[in-house]
Amino acid sequence: MKTRVVIDPLTRIEGHLKVETVVEDGVVVEARASGTLYRGFEQMLSGREPLDAVQLMQRLCGVCPSAHAVAASQCLDNAFGIMPPNNGRIIRNLIQGANYIQSHILHFYHLVALDFVRGPEFPPFVPRYEADYRLPKTTSDQIVSHYVQALHIRVKAHEMSAVFSGKMPHCASVVPGGVTVTPTVDKVTTFLWRLKELQDFINNVYLPDVMIIGEVYRDYADIGAGCKKMLSYGAFDLDNEPLVSKRQRLFGMARYVNGGLLPVDPAKITEDVSAAWYRSASHLSPAAGETVPDPKKAEGYTWLKAPRYENAVYEVGPLARAVIALTRRSDPVHVNAIESALSHLRLQRENLFSVMGRNLCRAVETKILADAMAKWVLQIKLDDAVASDYKMPETAQGYGLWDASRGALGHWISIRNKLIGKYQAVVPTTWNASPHDDKGQAGAIEQALIGAPVKDVEHPFSVARIVRSFDPCIACAVHLVTARGKLLRKMNVV
Amino acid sequence: MKSQPPWDVATSALIESGKSLDLKHGFSRRSFFRWASAGTAMTAANEAFLPKLGAQIKEAVQEYPIVWMQASACSGCSVSVINTIHPSIKNVILDQILPGHQLFLNYHSTLMAAAGKLSTDVARETASKYKGKFLFLIEGAIPTLDDGMYGTLGEEKGKPVTMLEWVRQLAPSAMAVLTIGTCAAYGGIAAAKPNPSGAKGVGEVLDSMKISTPVINIPGCPCHPDWFIGTVARVLLYGLPKPKELDEHRRLKSYFGKSVHNRCINRDLMDDGVFSTKFGEVGCLLELGCKGPFTYADCPLRQWNSGVNWCINVNAPCIGCTEPGFPDEHSPLYQKR
Repeated sequence: MKTRVVIDPLTRIEGHLKVETVVEDGVVVEARASGTLYRGFEQMLSGREPLDAVQLMQRLCGVCPSAHAVAASQCLDNAFGIMPPNNGRIIRNLIQGANYIQSHILHFYHLVALDFVRGPEFPPFVPRYEADYRLPKTTSDQIVSHYVQALHIRVKAHEMSAVFSGKMPHCASVVPGGVTVTPTVDKVTTFLWRLKELQDFINNVYLPDVMIIGEVYRDYADIGAGCKKMLSYGAFDLDNEPLVSKRQRLFGMARYVNGGLLPVDPAKITEDVSAAWYRSASHLSPAAGETVPDPKKAEGYTWLKAPRYENAVYEVGPLARAVIALTRRSDPVHVNAIESALSHLRLQRENLFSVMGRNLCRAVETKILADAMAKWVLQIKLDDAVASDYKMPETAQGYGLWDASRGALGHWISIRNKLIGKYQAVVPTTWNASPHDDKGQAGAIEQALIGAPVKDVEHPFSVARIVRSFDPCIACAVHLVTARGKLLRKMNVV
Repeated sequence: MKSQPPWDVATSALIESGKSLDLKHGFSRRSFFRWASAGTAMTAANEAFLPKLGAQIKEAVQEYPIVWMQASACSGCSVSVINTIHPSIKNVILDQILPGHQLFLNYHSTLMAAAGKLSTDVARETASKYKGKFLFLIEGAIPTLDDGMYGTLGEEKGKPVTMLEWVRQLAPSAMAVLTIGTCAAYGGIAAAKPNPSGAKGVGEVLDSMKISTPVINIPGCPCHPDWFIGTVARVLLYGLPKPKELDEHRRLKSYFGKSVHNRCINRDLMDDGVFSTKFGEVGCLLELGCKGPFTYADCPLRQWNSGVNWCINVNAPCIGCTEPGFPDEHSPLYQKR
């Protein structure tokens, strides 16, 4: 018997997501992920002053605004033909790095942990899906206590970001050419001390908790594999090379396909809209992208477009960055951290393509990044410039490619008469939660759901665990998407 | 061994002995607070002391069910509010927000354990069971174009339910509607030209539906945690604000009564004629488009993120994010208005 199982809203993620599956004999056989809110940022940006993009595009997402701030400012840097000075580059990295840490800790403790740990018996912890909670009570209680500790510690990560960004969410100091903040010794020290506290938490609480859950829920290292093609633009610039593909980054830019790495050419990215509520043409490159909503489109089931690289589906995010690091082997610290975690859990590299693999890669990169930031902050030179000058061009094109905490984030701009002609963004969750494309290929999350075990259709917790392992952020993703439409097929208990 | 903070002891006792909200599932807050204060086991003396302490304060505890709906939002206001330090976020969502006052976050889609219908049923139940007693908190604007189909939340009988419909159904039975952030208050970013989804602030939507539930706005992009806590505290401790406490935009004058410009840290630079004309330059930011003179908020005194910083202190112009005209009336952001 086939049963239609709908989770709407899928909570404990950012934004409005509906997940619809068809379960047959206890296994997911079809899956649809739908973004259910449309705001229309591309339409809003058109005709505005280009500088405003950095502030406005951050408002796509209050969880990862600094990623949009950096992507938008790099997009404008590219259009203006400038690069920030060292201070500007480093401070942007610190602002964004602090928010990566904040976002990853929040994701694990406040969004994901309750899938594996039984929370207290009062709201917002009840009601809940009655899942197969397996941890012994003392361990479970301990992780719940870390939920509270993590609430406090993530506040410090935001404070760290605000030391250089002015405020979070929505940072004030990131601008084309660099940043506006004057670095001072008190900012450096207050940043370092908070970072030290966060490093202690990451090493002694976050990583151990991820390992505990990884051990007890061993089967989730085999569930939710997905498409196994990985894309990362890389993040955290280590030099000022104008060409992004040649720039050194802490996390490198690449595609992972069949065990090997391939280069990324942004010209090969297109967006399909056959299953999305848009009337505009399918298969356009983001630079030429159009966004004409059509909420009544019969074949549509989501506001998300379907980005594809050479027509192929890719997954983005911490797993992609980790697999690329493992394959490239240029950063021994990152490689060792992942490999020792795998061996501790008696897992193979192949197990990374899973619910547990995603959560593990996220935790490991939090540590790698925090340790790197402790060095970067000391590279700031107090008296040096923080921003490069720019001249607003009459006409220009630009793009900014940069990994947000959730994965590959691209901004594209065209400037006409010193105003924004077109602005398009392709964000991490548009890749991961994309719908079926023109060729009928399912998106990354949809693919990961196929085959998932669902014993009780009233409590489809495995579906939620898979989706949440991607850390979806729908507010970002659906700026590009249209209204809500009909189901592809009606399948209430077929 | 650290001793149990007295506040937690009192709270545990209250929850154990006080009346609960009588939801489907019983509470076990006491055991929760044992977990939550990791490594701080309760002493025998505390255990003996508990019932007495609990009994004394029991009558005073007020409980407020909350439905926090995210509409056309970016979640930034939720993320900002959980940055609160006094009270801590633990106090706000798990404990007492103010001594003797407890919020029950029955529905908040980013934090709650439940998903799908299980979660939206809680919102409906809360509204019907606590008619006139629950607080309806809305984050994000309400899409109204094409009867609201640009934003939906959950489904009923297989059909998506629009955010507009949620407001229509829940707002009339709320004690008050508090809007969290500029989008919910005035439309904000979601309503920026050409406003593709017909997004509107909640107050305007309620007026158009002739729903008379009081609305108090807590704007900001995002909303500052202190503004949120303070506005909620005003309602819990003293009831709904009197008209004279609110300005014409339905926000508390105590937070939004004076302009950023009047209390700016760069007034001396302005008086000395030192103006910043390019990014990264120290000086009064008026030439870089600072909207401080048109923006009413206490940022210069309060600052952001536990008071570590704020926009103008990093040489970034105020963009007027607490104002009804944000962002369009303040655009271009970096040009003098």
